[in-house]
Amino acid sequence: MKCLKFLLRKEIIQFRRNKFLPRLIFAFPILIMLIAPIVANMEVRGVNVAFVDCDHSAISRRVLSHLNASKHFMVKQVTADYLLAYGLLEAGRVDVIVSIPEGFEKSIMGGIVPKIKVDANAINATKGMLGSQYIMMTIASALSEVAAENGLSMSADSDPASVRYFYNETLDYRFYMIPAFIIILIQLVCCFIPALNLVLEKEKGTIEQINVTPVSRLEFTLSKLIPYWIIGLVVLTEGILTVGLVYGLWPVGSTGAIYLAAILFTFAMSGFAVTIANGSDTMQQSIFVLFFFVMIFMLMSGMLTPLGSMPRWAQWITVVFPPRYFIAILRAVYLKGTTVLELGVDYLALAGFAVVFCMVAALTYCKQE
Amino acid sequence: MDNVIEVRNLTKRFGSFTAVDAISFEVPKGEIFGFLGANGAGKTTAIRMLCGLSFPTEGSGTVAGFDIMTQGEQIKRHIGYMSQRFSLYGDLTVFENMQLFGGIYGMSEKQIAARAAELLEKVQFSGHRNDLVGSLPLGWKQKLAFLVATVHNPEIVFLDEPTGGVDPITRRQFWTMIREAASSGTTIFVTTHYMDEAGYCNRVSIMMDGRIKALDTPSVLMKEYKAESMNEVFVKLCR
Repeated sequence: MKCLKFLLRKEIIQFRRNKFLPRLIFAFPILIMLIAPIVANMEVRGVNVAFVDCDHSAISRRVLSHLNASKHFMVKQVTADYLLAYGLLEAGRVDVIVSIPEGFEKSIMGGIVPKIKVDANAINATKGMLGSQYIMMTIASALSEVAAENGLSMSADSDPASVRYFYNETLDYRFYMIPAFIIILIQLVCCFIPALNLVLEKEKGTIEQINVTPVSRLEFTLSKLIPYWIIGLVVLTEGILTVGLVYGLWPVGSTGAIYLAAILFTFAMSGFAVTIANGSDTMQQSIFVLFFFVMIFMLMSGMLTPLGSMPRWAQWITVVFPPRYFIAILRAVYLKGTTVLELGVDYLALAGFAVVFCMVAALTYCKQE
Repeated sequence: MDNVIEVRNLTKRFGSFTAVDAISFEVPKGEIFGFLGANGAGKTTAIRMLCGLSFPTEGSGTVAGFDIMTQGEQIKRHIGYMSQRFSLYGDLTVFENMQLFGGIYGMSEKQIAARAAELLEKVQFSGHRNDLVGSLPLGWKQKLAFLVATVHNPEIVFLDEPTGGVDPITRRQFWTMIREAASSGTTIFVTTHYMDEAGYCNRVSIMMDGRIKALDTPSVLMKEYKAESMNEVFVKLCR
């Protein structure tokens, strides 16, 4: 392992002398964490509503005023004609139709909440679903007020449902996505940079001068991995600080638990990337293959969409994807404060991947053709 | 005299193409052995097998006493290698390159510093110790590649077309460096397609289409082929 010191020194000098990489490593995480959580947001805003009021009562106007007051809705049309509202929905000018039936106020005063019809355009499924849910909550809140003011008690089956959202009380989509962005950042840095570094040596021919020396495959591979493990942790720190300072989201759980998982994840992903680089002759080849896997990891590891929404067979495939375990750990520790012991299986899986991929990276590095 | 390189029927095939076709030769310790041939004759493929960079398809042999089929990594401890393509790190300085390769061969920081100072002094390049290698002219890059290949005092140095693309004065200086290294007991195995460089070698082999067509001292070969120069020997062999 005496050679490793010299190889690592060489990697560090080369990194420092590179005009682009240090700046990229410093600026990239901050920029991504400043922009991505704001733009990649599925929070439903500006749901256009057509309000069909067939009751023309004080209570229906109360419901309308609640909808108008909400930051989520823009009431585009108030009418008594359902067909007119439906035409607007079909033309895409409104997203949701709220229909207040005739005799609505009378029923409420009698202690019964009649059914309110909500029709949503579900082409944008999230907007349709969340929009109609928000509307139900707004109407429920308006009706509770009316009931309280008039001393009415609603019948048990018509009480508005009581919903409480744990861990992300404001249903802020950013909180769900921020751990995913942190993982995407680490994944990009720890996959692409070491792989490209290695393939660049092949393209320049410098690797031949190394291959003709007695340096061991493990030492050379470690010299390509260790700097990027450190850089991965720097990126994580930048991400955590930016998210905390800008969005006020600090990890609920232990920071140590996050770093432990991040160390295992960077080992696994950089080992995986170097394995691919070992099998590639050109940068183009390695980038294409890496991009293929990184895309699959991003789409199938539960970063952007929940694992539970995937078909069963696809869920089984994800068992061999390291990011699947890291995202589970990061979300649980960040948002719920879960401990390492409680997430033992995920940590063990990541540790297993780290050992296997680093070993495979060393074994697939070929000094003799 | 002990042979430091011995090969028998060394062959390398890439699919149906035979790059090196059953070559056999020995190189005694301290000799400058010229491995001559036209471009594409198989010189680089042969040298890569001897250095442990490529597995032979067939044949047997030893380099520095180690089997080329099974002991490639042991061979690498006893040789220095200068690639046909410049392969030092352009973004490291002259000294940093020497330090890296000296360190890989197990030299201590102190030993490296002393050896680097000695080598750079010898070629009057001490003032450029901290220059980035990428910024050096080609002739100097080649000289530096030779110094790096010999930084750990190897038993054998393999030089693959070391004078390719350099001017005649630098070529002459380069051969002076090679002869100095040989005079201290290092065996030099050098490939080239410049036939005039054969005169610097103790013995030469001439390779064509993967086979060794002639092998002896330059004077014996010139006599045998009734030629005035090695160029003429080469031309006659080509016919």
